[in-house]
Amino acid sequence: MQDTIFALSSGVPPAAIGIIRISGPKAGDALSELAGSGSEREFKPRRPSLAKLRNADGDVLDEALVLWFPGPETATGEDLAELHCHGGRAVIAAVELALADIAGLRRAEPGEFTRRAFANGRIDLAESEGLADLLSAETELQRSAAMAMAGGAFSHTVEQWRSKLLALSAEVESALDFSDEDDVSEMRSGFAADLRDFANALDSWLSRPQSSALREGYRVVLAGPPNAGKSTLFNALLDSEAAITSPTAGTTRDVIERSVALGGVPFTFVDTAGLRMETSDSIEAEGIARAQAQLDRADLVLWLGEEGKGPVNEGPTSAWELEVQCDDPAHISKSNPRAVLSAKTGEGMEAFKSALIAHAKHALPKPGEAALNARQHELVEGAHQALVNASSQSDPLLLAEELRNARLSFDRLIGRATTEDMLDSLFGRFCIGK
Amino acid sequence: MQTPSNSYDVLVIGGGHAGVEAACAAARMGVRTGLVSFDLDAIGAMSCNPAIGGLGKGHLVREVDALDGVIGRAADAGAIHYRMLNRSKGSAVWGPRVQADRKLFKAQVQRIVNSQSHLELIEGEAAALILKGGKAVGLELADGAQLHSQAVIVCTGTFLGGILYRGEERMEGGRIGENAAHRLAEQLRGADLPMARLKTGTPPRLDGRTIDWASLPEQASDADEWTMSALSQHRTNPQIFCAITRTTQKAHDAIRANLDRSPLFTGAIDAAGPRYCPSIEDKIHRFGDREGHQVFLEPEGLDTHYVYPNGISTSLPVDVQLEMLRAMPGLENVRMEVPGYAVEYDHIDPRALCADLQLRAIPGVYCAGQINGTTGYEEAAAQGLMAGLNSACAVLGKEPIPLNRSNSYIAVMIDDLTLQGVSEPYRMLTARAEYRLRLRANNASTRLTPLGIELGCIGKERLDWHVSRETLRSDIAAAFERTAPAKELNDAGLPVRRDGGDKPLSEWIRHDGIELDQLVPWLGDSFPADHSLAHEMAEDSQYAPYLARQEAELRDLRASEELALPADFPYVSVPGLSNEMIERLSSASPANLAAAGRVSGITPAALSALLVHARRWQKQNAA
Repeated sequence: MQDTIFALSSGVPPAAIGIIRISGPKAGDALSELAGSGSEREFKPRRPSLAKLRNADGDVLDEALVLWFPGPETATGEDLAELHCHGGRAVIAAVELALADIAGLRRAEPGEFTRRAFANGRIDLAESEGLADLLSAETELQRSAAMAMAGGAFSHTVEQWRSKLLALSAEVESALDFSDEDDVSEMRSGFAADLRDFANALDSWLSRPQSSALREGYRVVLAGPPNAGKSTLFNALLDSEAAITSPTAGTTRDVIERSVALGGVPFTFVDTAGLRMETSDSIEAEGIARAQAQLDRADLVLWLGEEGKGPVNEGPTSAWELEVQCDDPAHISKSNPRAVLSAKTGEGMEAFKSALIAHAKHALPKPGEAALNARQHELVEGAHQALVNASSQSDPLLLAEELRNARLSFDRLIGRATTEDMLDSLFGRFCIGK
Repeated sequence: MQTPSNSYDVLVIGGGHAGVEAACAAARMGVRTGLVSFDLDAIGAMSCNPAIGGLGKGHLVREVDALDGVIGRAADAGAIHYRMLNRSKGSAVWGPRVQADRKLFKAQVQRIVNSQSHLELIEGEAAALILKGGKAVGLELADGAQLHSQAVIVCTGTFLGGILYRGEERMEGGRIGENAAHRLAEQLRGADLPMARLKTGTPPRLDGRTIDWASLPEQASDADEWTMSALSQHRTNPQIFCAITRTTQKAHDAIRANLDRSPLFTGAIDAAGPRYCPSIEDKIHRFGDREGHQVFLEPEGLDTHYVYPNGISTSLPVDVQLEMLRAMPGLENVRMEVPGYAVEYDHIDPRALCADLQLRAIPGVYCAGQINGTTGYEEAAAQGLMAGLNSACAVLGKEPIPLNRSNSYIAVMIDDLTLQGVSEPYRMLTARAEYRLRLRANNASTRLTPLGIELGCIGKERLDWHVSRETLRSDIAAAFERTAPAKELNDAGLPVRRDGGDKPLSEWIRHDGIELDQLVPWLGDSFPADHSLAHEMAEDSQYAPYLARQEAELRDLRASEELALPADFPYVSVPGLSNEMIERLSSASPANLAAAGRVSGITPAALSALLVHARRWQKQNAA
């Protein structure tokens, strides 16, 4: 028989409440054993009730709100119970210990609840990928994108693509199989144009920012010569003392990166070593090399040095010229700065942050819009390429083969013909209890 | 105690296309085979249209031929008109088709059957299966004779509950239609097999002497000397031409005015007919806006005046059929020899069959042909061949021939039938084969003959042919590996860039606008550029990039074929499957996870549920 699994599904204790989930054929037994107070007790499906939780010795562990969800119409597709306990460490530990003592119950592995939902046909692959993102979402933007994916928005789109593709394939197939009967003629003239339109529709998804951008945050690299005030600005943006600052040039020898949410948008700020082109210090030389690598990966570079001397063509947009240390009368002024600010006094900081947030939002998935992860992006890309190839293919036989390839990509997106390895790596991402 | 003369390894009921292939295939395997037919003279009769092959169907003929079957050789012996369909498209969808003289075709089938060793022809009516412990152990004939065997192959066509319709007329029909056959039918019904009803139709036959041929466009037989069978050296008969006419508005009006007299529209026939081969009244009803539908006038033989008008199968009353015909160009004064009619018949839901075409409910009984819900000689022949080979393998304790969707149309068809069942008469289409770039009609021998040799179903003549062809193959392969510089090709006027470098000829042949003939100067003087194998291998090179891309897909497929789903797998215990999916999976009983994915209506989410639970079930049962 299938094991029954349990885990703490809410955050790390201590917290106000701790929710322990139990899923599997013995979930109902476990509930009776823990909350049944000796005699058989009926729990109404989907109705919360208050119960005393006891271990095998009859000791009261906690008074908790319990919920009973009989399968298969549950999140995991199995019998499911939830214990809403008090969130202290000792309480949670005691309840978990009591559960572990029940025969047939064991602690869940990472992602096991979602894996069961998938295994029991409750969600498809795109939805489980969305769920994985949802659970690791730390900002509002990440959450709404993950929600769109988990809610099946993307699966729905793929289903639409799939049926559209099937209709197009049917046209080619009838030209192949019935061309010698008069009811079907050769390919109609607008067919290639339809394929290109279809490819363009996919293109608009491909040009969308990927979900990795959400998970990793919008990547902003601070660059400039030593002592230009990079670390001071870095700290001000992070609102902490993450980077050590000192007036001595070359204090930041390594690359420091910190993630932070500004206005609900995930950012990763990167403080680089001073970009001095010559140094006798080997440690610092290494720092400079790393700084260059950071510039290559940046979504946006903030240039704090002399106007026009910054890195050009680094990142998707050209570097922002910043006029910093404006509280210091000796600071370098610029003719056309993106912002004038002082990280020390806070002057100009709010306006600068707003501009930064607005800019990043533009480059990240729109709120509520599903974003593709790397695997999905690759498959949509594959389908796109197949459609483009098909649109220039004159032999309907090879055209049909390209359309078949596109169909395979769509199938893989929602989990047809999927391989075990991919499933394992997907479910390994979940934290225990989900 | 039975006498040895009553004892066989395999018995085949029926002498149509399925029965002939089944009996000959089993006999080629060397098992003692008996073919039971109520009229031995009728063996090899073409009961409907006088053509063999076509799109998808031509592939089946070539595959049956590659396994040393009968239909290809018989088709060549009877052929009076050859036409390669779809020639303007990629060669993987070319459809070889011949029109055959009925008498010549039948005579050739009988010659082959009569000279086949290990095969005995038994004239008689099959009355009932002899069952023992739920298994078939022989056959009882109408005269009471008992024949014993380890397997019985039922190839009886539409004999189950066949009714002929023509206008208001009704006739009981089907191939056997005798009381004795009804007992066999009752046995099959009694076994609680799932049954369904289908219909098919046939056009009227015309008197060719009353057709104004001169006024109609002709279609000549193909000039190039291709044949259906790899063993046919050349064409044997004079080639005749067909003519093309069209239905007219006046003909449509006649049909429309009488739709209420067609059993298709009065509700008398409610079984599903083929969507892709509709009756003319269906065509008018569904595509009424069309000005006319093409009709091919195909002579039925060299010494008969019967003409088969391809494209107007009908069950309208006789007077309406004649009115419709006479409204068509060239047919103004036509005489109708036999009016068209529709047949409605019962068939077994082929999901009741295992992949080897054996009935799950009655081990030892195999079914092939129209009884399984298919239409067409070629589909019947291919199933007959497989039932014959599989039953012989069962008798001999051999592994069956490893056919699958990536190496044959035959396997595509049997997989479709046994997993998805049929909702209309099943006809082969190239669209059904996902790996059709590798399944060309012209490479059937390369794909299948070696497997046939391995199995032991290939006769000496084909074996010798194959050996010499393989020698030629290595010579051709070596020639294709030669390299040629782009400059030389360009100098010779071929459409390549001068700076294209040195490439093997197998790559140059992929270039748009380069034909095999043009590469002969580099392939060498002894290169057999006219040989079919040279063309086949050139096509292999042309399709190579596409085939390479399919490899990953085939690897995935093989991986999910590894996960077996036993016949008693409890689908009901898999959460997340709807009742409908449980019903479909239980009926089809797919052999493995890959096959389950091909059962219609199984969603990706359901399939992953099945994957996990099947693996768990496997582990538990291994423990």
